[in-house]
Amino acid sequence: MSAILIFLAVIAGIVFWWLSQQRLMAKPWLEEGPTGGFPATAPSSLPAAKIGLGVFLAVVGSLFSLLISAYFMRLSIAQLTRTDTGLLPTPNLLWLNTGVLVLSSVALHWAQVAARRGEMDNVRAGLLLGGVSAFTFLAGQLMVWQQLSAAGYFLASNPANSFFYLITGVHGLHVAGGLVALGRTGAKAWRGIAAVRLRLSVELCAMYWHFLLLVWLILFSLLTGWAGDFVDVCRALLT
Amino acid sequence: MTDVTVRADDAIPAAEVEDVELYHPKSWVTKYVYCQDAKVIAIQYSLTAMAIGLVALVLSWLMRLQLAFPGSFSFIAPTDYYQFITMHGMIMVIYLLTALFLGGFGNYLIPLMVGARDMVFPYVNMLSYWIYLLAVLVLVASFFAPGGPTGAGWTLYPPQAILSGTPGRDWGIILMLASLILFIIGFTMGGLNYVVTVLQARTRGMTLMRMPLTVWGIFTATVMALLAFPALFAACVMMLFDRLLGTSFFMPSVVELGSYLQYGGGSPILWQHLFWFFGHPEVYIVALPAFGIVSDLISTHARKNIFGYRMMVWAIVAIGALSFVVWAHHMYVSGMDPNFGFFFATTTLIIAVPTAIKVYNWVLTLWRGDIHLTVPMLFALGFIVTFVNGGLTGLFLGNVVVDVPLSATMFVVAHFHMVMGVAPLLVIFGGIYHWYPKITGRMLNDRLGKFHFWITFLGAYAIFFPMHYLGLLGVPRRYYELGEMAFIPPSAATLNIFITAAALTVGAAQLVFFFNLAWSLFRGKLAGSNPWHATTLEWQTPQTPPAHGNWGKELPIVYRWAYDYSVPGAAQDFVPQNQPAATGAAA
Amino acid sequence: MVIALIFALIVIFSILFHFLSPWWFTPIASNWRYIDDTIIITFWITGVVFTAVVLFMSYCVYRFRHQEGRQAAYEPENRKLEWWLAIVTAFGVAAMLTPGLFVWSQFVTVPREATEFEVVGQQWQWSFRLPGKEGQLGTSDARFVSPDNPLGLNPDDPSGQDNIVIIGDDLHLPVGKPVKVLLRSIDVVHDFYVPEFRAKMDLMPGLVTHFWFTPTRTGTFEILCAGFCGIGHPQMRGNVVVDNEADYQAWLQKQQTFAQLSAPKKQ
Repeated sequence: MSAILIFLAVIAGIVFWWLSQQRLMAKPWLEEGPTGGFPATAPSSLPAAKIGLGVFLAVVGSLFSLLISAYFMRLSIAQLTRTDTGLLPTPNLLWLNTGVLVLSSVALHWAQVAARRGEMDNVRAGLLLGGVSAFTFLAGQLMVWQQLSAAGYFLASNPANSFFYLITGVHGLHVAGGLVALGRTGAKAWRGIAAVRLRLSVELCAMYWHFLLLVWLILFSLLTGWAGDFVDVCRALLT
Repeated sequence: MTDVTVRADDAIPAAEVEDVELYHPKSWVTKYVYCQDAKVIAIQYSLTAMAIGLVALVLSWLMRLQLAFPGSFSFIAPTDYYQFITMHGMIMVIYLLTALFLGGFGNYLIPLMVGARDMVFPYVNMLSYWIYLLAVLVLVASFFAPGGPTGAGWTLYPPQAILSGTPGRDWGIILMLASLILFIIGFTMGGLNYVVTVLQARTRGMTLMRMPLTVWGIFTATVMALLAFPALFAACVMMLFDRLLGTSFFMPSVVELGSYLQYGGGSPILWQHLFWFFGHPEVYIVALPAFGIVSDLISTHARKNIFGYRMMVWAIVAIGALSFVVWAHHMYVSGMDPNFGFFFATTTLIIAVPTAIKVYNWVLTLWRGDIHLTVPMLFALGFIVTFVNGGLTGLFLGNVVVDVPLSATMFVVAHFHMVMGVAPLLVIFGGIYHWYPKITGRMLNDRLGKFHFWITFLGAYAIFFPMHYLGLLGVPRRYYELGEMAFIPPSAATLNIFITAAALTVGAAQLVFFFNLAWSLFRGKLAGSNPWHATTLEWQTPQTPPAHGNWGKELPIVYRWAYDYSVPGAAQDFVPQNQPAATGAAA
Repeated sequence: MVIALIFALIVIFSILFHFLSPWWFTPIASNWRYIDDTIIITFWITGVVFTAVVLFMSYCVYRFRHQEGRQAAYEPENRKLEWWLAIVTAFGVAAMLTPGLFVWSQFVTVPREATEFEVVGQQWQWSFRLPGKEGQLGTSDARFVSPDNPLGLNPDDPSGQDNIVIIGDDLHLPVGKPVKVLLRSIDVVHDFYVPEFRAKMDLMPGLVTHFWFTPTRTGTFEILCAGFCGIGHPQMRGNVVVDNEADYQAWLQKQQTFAQLSAPKKQ
């Protein structure tokens, strides 16, 4: 359960950093009147939707950390009982998919910058490129599944396979959900709403995309076995 | 810094939403059914939770009848008994307590207590309820599915949960897992609202340290739930795969009633880790809102500020954080690395310290107070007794070596019913008696309320206190009949009959409560806007019950903390949070 | 008034119940007396806390009940008192935890001289396996389970051939000798529980779990399953008979080995 504990430690760090600015040591019964002197204790000026997405990403992060924890735990049990190595071959297509997802994230970042500057054409181009490449990523992932099952690696053959399909599947579903939100943002953009008014939606999409890219990079390193090697090296250094 | 001035149109700070910005219901359906108002959603959540809770209550009667008079009832076969205990446990923990505290109390109280007009994402909030309702319906559907609901015990341990030695293996377990997945999706939608509303929609002057402890409790519990429920979600999805697609996440190579199955390589202990990684925070997800609400009840009805407010807040945060590193104390005898026992016993017992501080502070709030023994106060006092009792037996079970003989006995059943069954329910009742006047404009009947309290409190104590001793004796849990056991004296059967009699009585008393809820809606005494003379914002609304948007044209401004009771020199024994300093206390 | 009295009565009732009720531990039959001692310590500490808190509360409710003209005191906090209470609590907790951890470290340290035997759980009966003359338990897997080989022993493993297999009968143990119990399940989670021995442990399919104890008196003790294992859970019973050395050896001679049990069919 180390992955989820590390994740929670990060969350706890953020929470305690934020709480430390909320004057938790103050004696509230001695302070009367509206509080003007401590702007940090008022709600932040960020839009609620952004905070909301941030909290949601924490939930998604928790889900993926737990899946990773479960993966590691099963791996250690498999090594203990010597049932299997726990790893699948990584088709080269996964590398291409990773590149496409990076491209998608970059495109949305570009759209976000353009929205801040009010360049409507660039916003549209960025959204389109981001959407198309994310869609390509999904299609590519499906092809990876196809290749693997053609090679005899079925979902239910052993837990290593099951984890591979489960983890990539959950990630893919999150990308698909993001595409729905991106589609709605795109619809707004093509309806001709001013770039400034579109900004928040684009920013939210970009934030979500960057997060899913980060998650994918971690998952990818895990599924190729690097993360396992990395953990082994750390363990070796510690002992 | 030009960034701040250029805002997207939907980025009005949630704390300054004007009346006209709100969604307004246009028809009866959008006002009472398909409604985005957090207060209506709260009532929908509460009524649904209570309805399914009644099912769980009836199930508990049936299982108690079986335990007291084994073999006497033809309609309680062993299969039924295991289905009853499973559904009773799951309904109570998830669909009643979690939903009622967070979906019910959270929805009603958070916006009102922090001075917001509504939740920040009302549409998502509404969806949250409808998905919850769907989850409940799927759960109920499993009663009518072929083979009935699952009888795997509420912990649903694999491999047993999906093998044919367990009732409800065909449809029950699938519907159970599907229902839990739905519940978690629905809850996450609601939970995002509760958290972001507290973060972003607090009115002017409502700093964190001015929030009532109710909000602190619900807020912290929601944050925990958002982080812990994914564990159950992942576990349910994986088990659903195991059951339907033949994967082996939790399945080692096993035999099912003599024949070898096509499973292998998985680990049942992985399920236990995931389940309890959710399951232990879940205890505090239920407890923290109860802690918060009971603090406010005691303070209001003892006319005294809550003693040690800061310590109370720190304790809530500390308990919330610590509760994530104690989960394996449910697995001391599961065969995990025994060295974990040292760590988890220590963290578990450390959690007792902030919890004890909370208990001391409740009791010290009574000291030199002006105690009005109203019905909500009775429930709050009853909670303290029950919670202290149940909390202390937790020190037995948390201490790894003591848990070895006691685990999986009736001692455990008695402990968790006392601490996370009866204690939070007493708070829920207290909270309903306290806020019903705000929700409906009428008081609940006092006499019926007192009757309800005494039967429930004393009856529950009579059920669960002696049950600990059955556990000490060695009576295991989840036995639909004890049969002949040399070490169990016949007097244990007598005790079981006594416990059943108490349980039936307590159950019947809840019907009085439901009658009171309905009767007072029409015949209750008119309450006025602030019958308890409370300081917090929900009692200061311009209308009672509060209209949509809560505050009329102007949002309230908060000038003080939530506990200015009996301030020396003040005109009354309470100063509302939104009363400016000049007319308030001389201090 | 009434409520204050009732709270006090609850305390008195609880204490009387504790001391007078006939329901208490079964007489111990293993070396884990320390576990009982830790429970007694915990009972005393928690009992004192329960009594103190509830009686104090009952006094407050009586003394500070609402009366005409009473005003509550205004006292937001008292740091000294709060810290003092926290520290006392921490000491109380430590007084329970420390002995608990010491006993746990004994519990998880299996003595060298402990002899091994295996408990196999399946829906819904207990079976046992003792090492034979070689002193080794052969390997096993759920794969090998068949009507002839209900415990799933590896038929090709030579070290399993002389293992003594006990199916549908009582287990015998010699008194006064530490034993290490290896636990294995071929289907679902079970839990090997003998109330008189205090110790218990889950049988986790896919793993072999263990614990140890020393039987300290002779007699017959019931084995229960304490891990919910499906519909027949309450019927999953067995007996363990603790013998003196002579009786134990006599019993041991009569048992059959795995090879003997499967031999007739091999021909």
